[in-house]
Amino acid sequence: MNWASWMLWGFVATLIMTTLEAGSQELGLTRVDFPYLIGTIFTPDRDRAKVYGFVAHVLNGWVISLIYVFVFEALRRANWWLGGLIGVVHALFVLMVVLWMMPGLHPRMASEHSGPSATRQLEPPGVFGLNYGVRTPVSVFVSHILFGIILGAFYHLKIRGGL
Amino acid sequence: MKEVYPAPDRDKENTQSCRRIGDYAIIGDCRSAALVHRNGSIDWLCWPRFDSSSIFARLLDSDRGGFWQIAPPADSGFRASRKYVGDTNVLQTNFESNSGRAELTDLMPVMREAAKHHVLTPDHELIRQVRCTDGEVELEIVFHPRTQYGLHDVQMRQIGGLGVQLEAGRGVYYLRSSVPLRLESGRATARLRMKRGERADFSLTYAEVSPVVLPPLGDWTCHRVEETIGWWKRWAARASYSGDHRPAVLRSALALKLLTYAPSGAVVAAATTSLPERLGGSLNWDYRFCWLRDASLTVRALIGLGYYEEAGAFMEWLLTATRLTQPELRILYTVYGNDSAKEKLLHHLSGFCDSRPVRIGNAARKQVQLDVYGEVLDAAAQYVFHGGEFDRATQNAIVGIGRYVTEHWNEPDQGIWEPREGGQDHTHSRVLCWTALDRLITLADKGCIANAPVDVFKNEREKIAVQVKQRAWNAHLNSYVDTLDGSDLDAALLLISYYGFESADSPRMQATYRALREKLGVGDYLIRRYANGAAEGAFGICSFWEAEFLALGGGSLHQSQNLFEHLLKYRNEVGLYAEEIDPDTGDALGNFPQAFTHVGLVSAALSIHERKEGKVQLAHREPDAQEAQQAA
Repeated sequence: MNWASWMLWGFVATLIMTTLEAGSQELGLTRVDFPYLIGTIFTPDRDRAKVYGFVAHVLNGWVISLIYVFVFEALRRANWWLGGLIGVVHALFVLMVVLWMMPGLHPRMASEHSGPSATRQLEPPGVFGLNYGVRTPVSVFVSHILFGIILGAFYHLKIRGGL
Repeated sequence: MKEVYPAPDRDKENTQSCRRIGDYAIIGDCRSAALVHRNGSIDWLCWPRFDSSSIFARLLDSDRGGFWQIAPPADSGFRASRKYVGDTNVLQTNFESNSGRAELTDLMPVMREAAKHHVLTPDHELIRQVRCTDGEVELEIVFHPRTQYGLHDVQMRQIGGLGVQLEAGRGVYYLRSSVPLRLESGRATARLRMKRGERADFSLTYAEVSPVVLPPLGDWTCHRVEETIGWWKRWAARASYSGDHRPAVLRSALALKLLTYAPSGAVVAAATTSLPERLGGSLNWDYRFCWLRDASLTVRALIGLGYYEEAGAFMEWLLTATRLTQPELRILYTVYGNDSAKEKLLHHLSGFCDSRPVRIGNAARKQVQLDVYGEVLDAAAQYVFHGGEFDRATQNAIVGIGRYVTEHWNEPDQGIWEPREGGQDHTHSRVLCWTALDRLITLADKGCIANAPVDVFKNEREKIAVQVKQRAWNAHLNSYVDTLDGSDLDAALLLISYYGFESADSPRMQATYRALREKLGVGDYLIRRYANGAAEGAFGICSFWEAEFLALGGGSLHQSQNLFEHLLKYRNEVGLYAEEIDPDTGDALGNFPQAFTHVGLVSAALSIHERKEGKVQLAHREPDAQEAQQAA
């Protein structure tokens, strides 16, 4: 595996994905806010949550990009469309598994079944994150596919016999 | 608590023909505000900011605007009274019917910044809590939101235990209720029979860019209500005014605080748009912006009440907001210091009591009004006199504004009353240009600003003084007049003494006062702003200027107190003023509540108190040791 290439492009892809998601929020396309959702796991303080969440989200994206790289290495190919394809699977996983499980995992998230309580007040994402706006799935797909495309296009496979 | 269906069509029962502007009270959280009618209906709410589009706008159209009413049935013949809970902006409406009593509490929660580190808080929330206090009461709840100033109905859906979700434009609303709501035709309704001690809680939240925080109801709501009451009471208790009119002054201070946009420190002129200055007329403007004109009076009022932090924040906003246009100053800015939106007419709204058109945005933003330079620099001087300091860049900016004044003071402008016609040589604007240079000279003398061309400022100040004394004085009328070589009167001439251009007991100011009272006075206590303003009401702040003029030496202490106390009778039952007062009925006219009128009240009360205490007017003296210590 080409560690240097992973570190560089994993980081770049994560930053671009995070920026794109923030841009979608600012443009009013979706209210899904991954740094905020992650940050509120650690603190109820809105401002601090965004900072903690941003750091956690970047680290998380960086680590997840390893999975992309493992697939590239396993298939002995890395290109933009393969990256994009993995991005589709990644987005589906986020929408169908991560967001679905979040009310059970997040200590401050309310549940549609039991409603908010003194400790759980954060709006849950709902099916496909639709509670955060009908364009949420589109935003998640676009940002994750772009994440995969960047990785696929720029990651350099380890040369056989090299480092 | 029993549910009874169906809820009646409250749209038809609440036509505006029976409504008055003074029937409203305001609640807010220093970011946005809602107007609550005495019949328990929220008829105006704009989120996330004062100048955002509305979700409830029945204030401006009884059919299309949208509202949220909690009240006994109209045919139950209930009586309503209301008050704020002590010195807070938490509103309590009491309904009394033949079978019992209910108490409706309305508020937008606020809390200490430190507390926000420990709990999740909604971006925007409005809480309504209704409690049966005696006997048995039937209540109807009708929640009928319409977004974009009543243009669109809203689709609602119940999301499990989270409440009713409303997607609208960029954001999402959640309505949570402790009683079941029925959703139909863009409304959520309920009809309840409550017994003594029973309570129902409602929470409306809004978020635009992040997931919503959904507070639970029940004890949590009670906690939020108590926390908000405590916050406002603590804030009000900081007021240092100890004169005879503390309740009225505190209510005005609370209104000013509510109209402050906390994230930037700006104070909006009013919470509404297009409430008419003449019922059925077209003098309907959007006041949900910050006018620089209000600056010096607001800063002085806040300082006079001991709110140095708020005065400092407003000053900071003032100098930051104007940075992009300095040395030229605009007339009005948004709460973040941007240009206000272009003026637009909302043809789909019928207006308050059919007063068309309804406008959003304000075309006055492009006007030239030279008085703002004096108002901003007077505010800056007040700020410095009370312990504020300017960095070198700000000092340079202030001097730059002064240079601009020296080059432009002799030009025509639209003046304080913002007529939509062309410019004239307004006396008030000249006096304020004089004030601008006068304050700069004082600041330079005290070493508070560097590199000021003091000799140039002194020379130009003298030229303005000569011009005003020669050409703004009409010997035939024996009065100062509104424009150079003019023949009309203007209530703003009362401010000549406020800004220290000429003392209130001078023969000319005394004669001017007599002329103003004779030509513009309405009855014994009210005053119009100018002669051709007969079609509109008496201007609220002008009457307070008159009381202050008397307190500054234009009359006796008794005269000023007497006038002030009579003016207090024109407040509505919760102590709020609009921009104008109908001289025939005493009703409020124009946007509501109006910061300018409340600033006038505070300023007059301070000057009366200072006169009583034998002190010099705060605006024109150094603070005494105690005040300086408080400011520090």
